[in-house]
Amino acid sequence: MIPPAFDYARPTSVDEAVRTLADAGEEAKVLAGGQSLLPLLRLRLAFPELVVDVGRIPELRGVREDGDMLAIGALTTHHDVVHDPLVRRHAGLLAQATETVADPAVRHRGTLGGSLAHADPAGDLPAVVLALDAELVAVGPGGRRTIPARDFFADYLQTALAPDELLVEVRVPKREGWGFRYEKFHRVAQSWAMVGVAALVRRDDGHLAEARIGLTNMGATPLRASASEEALAGAGDAEAVARAAQEAAEGTRPSRDASASPEYRAHLARVLTKRAVLAAAGMG
Amino acid sequence: MTDQAVEPEVGRARLRKEDARLITGQSNWTDNISVTGLLHLAFLRSPMAHARIERLDVSPALERPGVIAAFTGRDLADGLGSLPCAWPVTEDMVLPDHPPLALDEVRHAGDPVAVVVARDRYAAADALEAIEVDYEPLPPVLDLEEALAEGAPLVHADKGTNRAYVWPLRTGEDYESVRQRADVVVRRRYLQQRLIPNAMEPRAVAVAPLAASGEYTMYSTTQIPHILRIMLSVVTGVPEHKLRVIAPDVGGGFGSKLQVYGEEAVALAVARKLGRPVKWTESRSEGYLATHHGRGMIQDIELAATREGRLLGLKVDLLADMGAYLMLVTPGIPILGAFMYPAIYKMDAYEFNCTGVFTTRTPTDAYRGAGRPEATYAIERAMDELAAEVGLDPVEVRRRNWIRHEEFPYTTIAGLTYDSGNYEAATDKALALFGYDDLRAEQRERDERGDAVRLGIGVSTYTEMCGLAPSRVLRDLRYSAGGWEAASIRMLPTGKVEVVTGTSPHGQGHVTSWSQIASDVLGVPFEDIEVLHGDTQAAPQGMDTYGSRSLVVGGSAVHRAAEKVVEKARKVAAHLLEASEDDLEFKGGVFSVKGSPEARRTIQEVAFETFTSHDVPDGMEPTLNAEHLNDPENFSYPHGTHLCAVEVDTETGQTRIRSYVCVDDVGRVINPMIVEGQVHGGLAQGIAQALYEEAVYDAEGNLVSGTMADYLVPSAADLPEFVTDRTETPAASNPLGVKGVGEAGTIASTPAVVNAVVDALRPLGVHDVRMPCTPERVWEAVRSAQAGQKKEASA
Repeated sequence: MIPPAFDYARPTSVDEAVRTLADAGEEAKVLAGGQSLLPLLRLRLAFPELVVDVGRIPELRGVREDGDMLAIGALTTHHDVVHDPLVRRHAGLLAQATETVADPAVRHRGTLGGSLAHADPAGDLPAVVLALDAELVAVGPGGRRTIPARDFFADYLQTALAPDELLVEVRVPKREGWGFRYEKFHRVAQSWAMVGVAALVRRDDGHLAEARIGLTNMGATPLRASASEEALAGAGDAEAVARAAQEAAEGTRPSRDASASPEYRAHLARVLTKRAVLAAAGMG
Repeated sequence: MTDQAVEPEVGRARLRKEDARLITGQSNWTDNISVTGLLHLAFLRSPMAHARIERLDVSPALERPGVIAAFTGRDLADGLGSLPCAWPVTEDMVLPDHPPLALDEVRHAGDPVAVVVARDRYAAADALEAIEVDYEPLPPVLDLEEALAEGAPLVHADKGTNRAYVWPLRTGEDYESVRQRADVVVRRRYLQQRLIPNAMEPRAVAVAPLAASGEYTMYSTTQIPHILRIMLSVVTGVPEHKLRVIAPDVGGGFGSKLQVYGEEAVALAVARKLGRPVKWTESRSEGYLATHHGRGMIQDIELAATREGRLLGLKVDLLADMGAYLMLVTPGIPILGAFMYPAIYKMDAYEFNCTGVFTTRTPTDAYRGAGRPEATYAIERAMDELAAEVGLDPVEVRRRNWIRHEEFPYTTIAGLTYDSGNYEAATDKALALFGYDDLRAEQRERDERGDAVRLGIGVSTYTEMCGLAPSRVLRDLRYSAGGWEAASIRMLPTGKVEVVTGTSPHGQGHVTSWSQIASDVLGVPFEDIEVLHGDTQAAPQGMDTYGSRSLVVGGSAVHRAAEKVVEKARKVAAHLLEASEDDLEFKGGVFSVKGSPEARRTIQEVAFETFTSHDVPDGMEPTLNAEHLNDPENFSYPHGTHLCAVEVDTETGQTRIRSYVCVDDVGRVINPMIVEGQVHGGLAQGIAQALYEEAVYDAEGNLVSGTMADYLVPSAADLPEFVTDRTETPAASNPLGVKGVGEAGTIASTPAVVNAVVDALRPLGVHDVRMPCTPERVWEAVRSAQAGQKKEASA
């Protein structure tokens, strides 16, 4: 549990951070809340030559409104996300899911941006930003660019960020009047999701007009349950929801590990999708 | 001074004396200990389950910054012998060499091969990467049955077998003939998964040599400083009288620190070789590989009974996973269980057979309960199966078989004499607290309406043997030491008291409980008593702490020693008061002459008189001290009834404990708050085996559940509120009437939970779920039972 030796830099601005990353090339890792990187270092699964600690860049923290979007600084801690009134009002799904992340100690250190940039498919928040259709803002030497969540998660622990890019902001469309639910299935309170389902639904005249469903830990990246989403359009009762939820595992590639087989994960995705949608729609 | 009614200390829920210090960070863990010039050790460990070491070169590590030395097993072999096994359970037990650093072969992932000594922990850890080792892989040995097959690859090729021993026990009538006359035979196979003990404090050891005199002081996270001192002197050749072992604050053990570890021996050998102090602290993931594991058995159990559910006979066949080596008491753990399979039940025949099997996994050894939880699990699960087979309520089938309270003392079929107990009282109380009949009614109602979340009710009426142990019994079991415990009491000149105990607490609160015991006997205030322990210099005699023995054997020793102090004080007081001893009363710490209450001496005054020794009876030795070595006459037998209600979601397979009630009879209670804490922690650990924890290995013998992210230790958030209560039937075999409580919760709860899970699913056709009852296993059990029923329906 002793990390290999590394150099350490602590920039105080985004520009300085980006310059530091650009100078270091492929060998740098960004340290935000440290809840994923430090275990990797201590288990000697990561060997960066330079750790760039962005924890002292104040502009990266906090939540603000920007028209019909919420702009959440990448360094905003999970705890702050959970308790932020803007997030609770306009992105309740994010607040609810963030509250299930690990334990209070982790939520006080870990950050939204760090969790997304780490891109662990078992993490709760990637599937949530996918369902929310969020945008991720990155700054690199070439300037600033916005990456839709659906293009951000490239592979297991890999994102669209270049090595010299820093994730600075998460932009979430405000969703008034949508029902939501994050169903997380895990064996002990502080463990990773075996499977998670993030559901957002819009009801219209007693029917589901639209459903957006993100899946946690059903493949190398977070996924959308597109087949179920399509089948849910127009669903008017619990039975129709249950039928649509049967498609939740379509196109997923869940892994096998000590806690679950792919087959069982697919089964859970179906059950949890049904439950999440029913709860989100107030039909449960 | 006036006589005051003194409230007895025993029975009071005293806050623990230990806690103010421990919870404010003024603790003294081994890893906190530092001495000038301290060097740090790091161990290079095998990444493979089984391999031959073709080449091992530690010299490149010496080039690394901060490195002082690096050693292989051969470098240290002169003065570092095989690690000890103190329990050769049979005459012909196979006892392989266990070098503290592997010499030619590694036999489990984590087996250490070399040690680096450096100026700090970081330098030591970094330098491990420079050591060059070539391994020639050998086949792993993982499956217990395959390991015994003809031609199986061998863990210890020189021994020619993977069979460590076969230990049989046959008592009562011949089992086979009893089986012939049975109406019902229930045969089941249960798997005891391996568990990783997870003491909160990882292991650590520090050794400070005093070169001029050849003395060594070792600090270790050990449960057994006394045994460790003896054993390390044998392993390393450091004379016993030159070795002082200190167990400072120790943060939990659960049996995992009841061991003589290679790292301790190596630390001593390196300190001697370099003449410098050294320290090693394990990381959690290192501990998962290198600290012994618990459980790991295949249990074949067979009950022969009448159709009325009355037991006639019991047959048990065990395969016990020893792991790669036989450590301190590895082979004896399943044997402790041998006596507990008959549990609280009467029967005519008992046949037991245990085969110890070597595998290429971390060695197993004592883990909370040590053999007894395994036994209790199998018999309590099988009793439920018998109840189902004969169509009786699980509680009723137990009633028909248990020893009735008027039958005590009762000698069981396994040969133990249970001195006391009242299973009826504990069970009746538990059933009432639990609301058993209402829950059964709800269960029927939910079953009828086809609720996908099913209710299950599980019971466990356990007993256990504690208070290890009468030395002659240990002789008969071929254990290499006795089971006595030592206590001495010193009344200081100012009236304060030092209690010296041979037990070695690591979370149990002995300082508090021993103070309560001594306070009542001596009539000295609780606050005026200090308890010294865990240092072979301060407390030179003792057999340490494990097996729920400390209170029963060590607490009784404190009680006896205190009585001896009073006995001597009475002689002195009689002399000072010019009265006959028979005319003295002793109450609340005051000797007074019957009929003339103004003639009195406090025990503190007497202590001062014996200190000056100016005016004591002729021939009496100065000072007011006494010692008692207590060799118990019998084990103690706590018992109780645990009831668990679970809700099983048949859609996801998830189990939630809805309520948990336990009524334990641990005899007389010294400190109810400490007892409560022990029960809660024990329940958590027993429930953990039922639902969460499992050491998982892959086909190559790698530990897959190698971190706390994969090995699931439940926290308070995962556990229900426990309803705990007690009955109090004093033990007849010790002066305090106590029975021990360290392991009861763990022993009782595992079968209660699994019985509840199976009870929830039995109407669906499920008869067992393998531990831990993970959601996927439950889901699979439901699915295959349903598939089976469909098949039956269509056939």
